[in-house]
Amino acid sequence: MKEPLAIPVEAEFICPDVFADKNCREIESLPLHHGNRERRLGELFEVHGERSVRIMIEGDVSRVKKIGYGMTKGRIVIMGDAGMHLGAAMSDGEIIVEGNASDWLGAEMKGGVIRIKGDAGNLVGAAYRGSNSGMNQGMIIIEGDSGNEVGERMRKGTITIMGRAGDFLGAGMTGGTIIVFGRIGMRSGAEMRRGTIVTFQEGDGTAVPLQLLPTFRYDCTYHPVFLRVYLKTLQRHGLEIKEEYVTGNYRRYNGDIVELGKGEILVYEPGA
Amino acid sequence: MHINGVEIEDTFAEAFKMYSSRFIISAVNQKWATEAASRVTGFATSVIGCGCEAGIEGKVPADETPDGRPGVSVLIFTMGKKGMEEQLVNRVGQTVMTCPTTACFNGLEGEEKVKVGGKLRYFGDGFQISKLLDGRRLWRIPVMDGEFVVEDSFGIQPAVGGGNFLILGKDLEVTLEAVERAIEEMKGVKGVVMPFPGGIVRSGSKTSSKYKFLRASTNTAFCPTIKRQVESQLPEEVNCVLEIVIDGLDEGTVREAMKVGIKAACIRGIERISAGNYGGTLGQYQIYLHELFR
Repeated sequence: MKEPLAIPVEAEFICPDVFADKNCREIESLPLHHGNRERRLGELFEVHGERSVRIMIEGDVSRVKKIGYGMTKGRIVIMGDAGMHLGAAMSDGEIIVEGNASDWLGAEMKGGVIRIKGDAGNLVGAAYRGSNSGMNQGMIIIEGDSGNEVGERMRKGTITIMGRAGDFLGAGMTGGTIIVFGRIGMRSGAEMRRGTIVTFQEGDGTAVPLQLLPTFRYDCTYHPVFLRVYLKTLQRHGLEIKEEYVTGNYRRYNGDIVELGKGEILVYEPGA
Repeated sequence: MHINGVEIEDTFAEAFKMYSSRFIISAVNQKWATEAASRVTGFATSVIGCGCEAGIEGKVPADETPDGRPGVSVLIFTMGKKGMEEQLVNRVGQTVMTCPTTACFNGLEGEEKVKVGGKLRYFGDGFQISKLLDGRRLWRIPVMDGEFVVEDSFGIQPAVGGGNFLILGKDLEVTLEAVERAIEEMKGVKGVVMPFPGGIVRSGSKTSSKYKFLRASTNTAFCPTIKRQVESQLPEEVNCVLEIVIDGLDEGTVREAMKVGIKAACIRGIERISAGNYGGTLGQYQIYLHELFR
């Protein structure tokens, strides 16, 4: 970034698919919306390199929206914080953020991998308002905490949060898997039809009881073999997963019975 | 040609194009994975009467299975693609799904796929759950010990079946010892199975019979008790013959297994190594024994 931004920028053209066949001058000429003005990318960013599907962005781009929107290939690395709608609607490729990400991270994505080394905002992998489906495939890994309404209306993707998740986690989920190693917030799984929420309730040592909606019913305590496949996959992505999580038992709650009720919340049972 | 004093007959094994699939059975421990694998490969010696040929390829260490539990790798072979799906669904459904703690995963990235979990899922009676991870679709079927996890589709590929060699020995004891040694060595070759009991055939066959209702009958030319009554291929000193049949993912692995097995079988008391063929009129592959050692 050439200068700090006080007003958000809409930058869906910062995308490997767009940069792949362009030289430096053409990239600099790409249009951006800066508030209510149209500007050129080269006015806000110093551009180096050309014709590449690998993009590295240095600086605080927390006010730059829609980076990697709809990408189908390549790699974006952001050496700072990232703005809203990062990787929304992407179907392949990889995005790595060394800092934090804002709201609507990976909204309605169809494939690919997003990895956030810090925290993420609200509505991660969610459906846009009026849409029935959030992220459909692909994987989002958040190594910090996340906000509210993560995975709202989700389908078949996977979200992993190493820290805490806010309220209304997986609201209205119709499929997919959300794994939260820290605590989950209120009303998790509200109106869930299908899908899986897994929580380990890791905390700071203070005893905070898990509160699930009364419309979730306890089924049993068992060892879910399918979860081993997920946790092994996360290990291959370089995440540290305790062995007792892989081999342990989980309490299964099905719900939300105000809806179809075929969703589940699995709660790790220490020492079982 | 001789190996350790044993004559290697200048002949060939006639092998056939088949289709293969591989799957991994995992379980809470090796005992249960092996139990399921033994059952799923039961009654699978020959496509003639069993619908398929199948065998245990080997153990899979826990850190190499998709769910991190101990496992066993199984290979299965059929003449056609259509028969493969039916065999997989029936066998996995009746012998793996029924076995405590098991899960079943595809083990072959074939160009074509057949539905296995995708068909078995209906056993869940509407309570089955689909999971999609890294392009791999798994089905979770509720069962009495928890859930049976099975992959939606298994890969299939063209393969080679019916590689073989015959071990001609002076008596039963030494011939049995020779084939057992051969089988032990051949188990170290990946991508092949020897589908008969213990890997060994004692009742080899020929593709004709005096009875019109039979497609195949005993291999009279290699039966020692009727040497004088038929056109026998057995030298005077031979009183016992045992055969090993090999199915493999490709011709190269079948050849490798034959070579390894023949070498191991050439012990004192074995007179000759031969092979079975139909004059080259039926099979798509001709594996000459001498060529294995050039």
